[in-house]
Amino acid sequence: MAEDSASRIASAAGVEPVLEAKGLSQGQIVRKRFLGHSGAIIGLAVFAFIFIMAFTSVGYLGIPGWWKYTHEQVSPLVNDGAPTSSLWPLAWGEHPFGQDRIGRDLFAMTMRGAQQSITIMIVIGLIAGLLGVVVGAIAGYFRGWAEAILMRLTDVIIIIPALLLAAVMAQLAGRRDQGSWFASFASTNGVLALGIFLGLISWVSLARLMRGEFLSLREREFVDAARISGATNARIIFKHILPNAVGVLIVNVTLTMSAAILTETALSYLGVGVKAPDTSLGLLISQNQQAFATRPWLFWFPGMFIVLICLSINFIGDGLRDAFDPRQKKFNARKAKDPLGPAGQTGAVTGLDAPEREGYRPGPPADGTRDW
Amino acid sequence: MVTYIFRRLVTAAFILLGASYFVYLLTAASGDPLEEFRANPTPQKQQLIDARTELLQLDTPAPLRYFKWFGGAVQCLVPFGNSCDLGKNIAGQPITDALGNALVQTLTLVTAATVLAILIGITLGIVTALRQYSTLDYGVTFMAFLFFSLPIFWVAVLLKEFGAIGFNNFLRNPEVTVPVALGIGVVLGIVTAVAAGGHLKRRLLAGAVVFAFVAAVLTYFSATEWFKTPGLGPVVIAIAGIGIAFAVTLLSAGLKKRKALQSALIAVAVGVVLYFLLQPLLNEATFIMIVLLAVGFVLIGMGIGYLMGGYDRGQSMRAAAITSFLVGFLILLDRYMQAWPSYFNNSRVRGRPVATIGASTPNIQGDFWVLGLDSFTHLILPTLALIHVSLASYTRFTRASMLEIMNMDYIRTARAKGLSERTVVMRHAFRNALIPIATIVAFDIGALIGGAVITETVFSVRGMGFLFLDGIAHVDPNPVMGVFICVAITAMVFNLIADLAYSALDPRVRVKA
Repeated sequence: MAEDSASRIASAAGVEPVLEAKGLSQGQIVRKRFLGHSGAIIGLAVFAFIFIMAFTSVGYLGIPGWWKYTHEQVSPLVNDGAPTSSLWPLAWGEHPFGQDRIGRDLFAMTMRGAQQSITIMIVIGLIAGLLGVVVGAIAGYFRGWAEAILMRLTDVIIIIPALLLAAVMAQLAGRRDQGSWFASFASTNGVLALGIFLGLISWVSLARLMRGEFLSLREREFVDAARISGATNARIIFKHILPNAVGVLIVNVTLTMSAAILTETALSYLGVGVKAPDTSLGLLISQNQQAFATRPWLFWFPGMFIVLICLSINFIGDGLRDAFDPRQKKFNARKAKDPLGPAGQTGAVTGLDAPEREGYRPGPPADGTRDW
Repeated sequence: MVTYIFRRLVTAAFILLGASYFVYLLTAASGDPLEEFRANPTPQKQQLIDARTELLQLDTPAPLRYFKWFGGAVQCLVPFGNSCDLGKNIAGQPITDALGNALVQTLTLVTAATVLAILIGITLGIVTALRQYSTLDYGVTFMAFLFFSLPIFWVAVLLKEFGAIGFNNFLRNPEVTVPVALGIGVVLGIVTAVAAGGHLKRRLLAGAVVFAFVAAVLTYFSATEWFKTPGLGPVVIAIAGIGIAFAVTLLSAGLKKRKALQSALIAVAVGVVLYFLLQPLLNEATFIMIVLLAVGFVLIGMGIGYLMGGYDRGQSMRAAAITSFLVGFLILLDRYMQAWPSYFNNSRVRGRPVATIGASTPNIQGDFWVLGLDSFTHLILPTLALIHVSLASYTRFTRASMLEIMNMDYIRTARAKGLSERTVVMRHAFRNALIPIATIVAFDIGALIGGAVITETVFSVRGMGFLFLDGIAHVDPNPVMGVFICVAITAMVFNLIADLAYSALDPRVRVKA
């Protein structure tokens, strides 16, 4: 097949010898590189902040939060619903993000929406990661019939549009009267069900990547050595191959997760994702886009949170990729041209250098042009 | 090779069969197409239900109904059979007709966006790779991440608000006050200074020049009401043409090739003369004529290069042909601008040109230019929304690919044997960096046909995505299947093309026969 691209050629020009790896375990090297990536650290901090704020402010799973309103609670309009928060003087006010037409607090609704988005993201990441590893590992390690069947299965699933599945699920969840276990589960845990459904289709690209990793790693000498010394297949897979493939896995799970947020918001926007009376960031935008001229804040704040969550996850993913990628060297284009050596540029180690892995395609856009 | 293609096609057919069966069942299971009648209190309730049952063959269970549909769909494979039957939608319209209309709408919407995204994305990717770690690089990288993270429906609504409503309000009284002109000049000047590279002095100079130029032009435009009666005129075309000639020569042949530069400049002169000669002809323009003229301009350019002769004829021909084509494009742009006042004051447009929905103004009357402007003003916002999605991935991918290539030994060899940086970048690195991008472009063109569900929804374009969404909303399997089949077939064919193209472009990769 043509996908065995010949691009695995070690870079040569302008590469410094790797001194940073001396006497450190792989985990330590990865941690050190990740912590040195300022974009990723900022992303992590922003994400942690949003995560904590979203899950503590309006409460989760029946635990009450510290914010005085909930996303369903109607209160009298203050200041005609305009945001009461201000930067100077720094004040929080009664309704920091404003209120909608009937007086629900937008801060509470946005936080609830962020909870939903983050929940879906984590569910999709877990399911897609797990399925992707299992399928990719079996196909790549055992080859033969298992590979043929599993890869054809991924081919079938990859062309089924996510939109259709979400619509089917939304329909099924809507029929509470039917009484099947699925309908009752979906109607009570709408977000979880949506996440599981989307997870069940987004593992395919991960499975392909993992298969590629396993295909190349199983031919390596250390696997032969393990096999000769009598290791079982399971031991080879879990102890020898998987730790070497974990970088690709984590990076791509992160990117799948950032794409998942956009998918969820897009589906909710189209009316087949999270449904009222519950709320999500996409649904908030869809409900309020007509009111842009009169109440623009209803539109700005949910959108800003989608962008912030997604951007921070993307930066974390970028930092992880640079931390895990063993080919990542401090390459300096100027030095490669300049025979006089490094021109005071060597300190600039951020994750923006180094070619990406060939398997990595930056997260699929949320629009239908590619995925649906 | 033939065996490989054959094997791929057979596998694809089986995959398509399995996936289409699954999609059919899913759509059928997604709801009850008779639901709107069941709650209907009118006495015709039973008749309505019977009519729709008859139309959609609801008396057959879905797993069997698929095969009825499949029987009709297979006939589409018979060449010239003219008996293609993809069923009817819920309103009784044949799917083949609906698909045809939707396809035209989708392609007009998506083509420009994809082409522009590819061009801009690759350019940005190359430039940022060459200027790794510069402010420009960090800026573009951040922009790419930001674009990845923007939900397209959010961007689309913002575009509608500011790009259409705001800009139309501006056009009603197009006046750029001096502070605004200075502000825009400062912003663009800073961008130029950051992008220019080189030493601080050079950057500041470039920024200052751009600032002065932009501020002066904006003030001039405001004073002469250019926004109401735009146009380029022969002088601007000549000046811009000379700039283009230098830029094209610099990139394609190098400024040291005097013959190439001279051919490009002569092409500009010929273009300016043609500007005057073509005006009466352009008043009667048709689409075919524009295409023929474009070909003509390229041929004229090649002719000029050929006549200039010299030992390196090919380079002169190439530089002059590209320059000539671009000058022709400027002439076309100028003619469109000339038609702007009549479009702007059209009774259907009434001074609010940038549209937020649809693909054309209903019932608009006008000549070729007015209609062209009409579709342009309708396409610009969805195109901007679509570009931002794919631009980011093209930029990142090109940058990665280019960085990898610039690390290769053969680039070092090329430098070592004393080639100019232009030759190294344009001839040795750029061409090889394009190989992996070619496969992605093939994928994306394959995916074009599926349309853009969200963009089409926000901008009310009745394309493939709309057809699909509408089918799902009405639990109508036939349109869903029609769109799905089209999308899946093109995606698979272009997948195959991408793999074949890769092995054709990169001799290290061979397909297993």
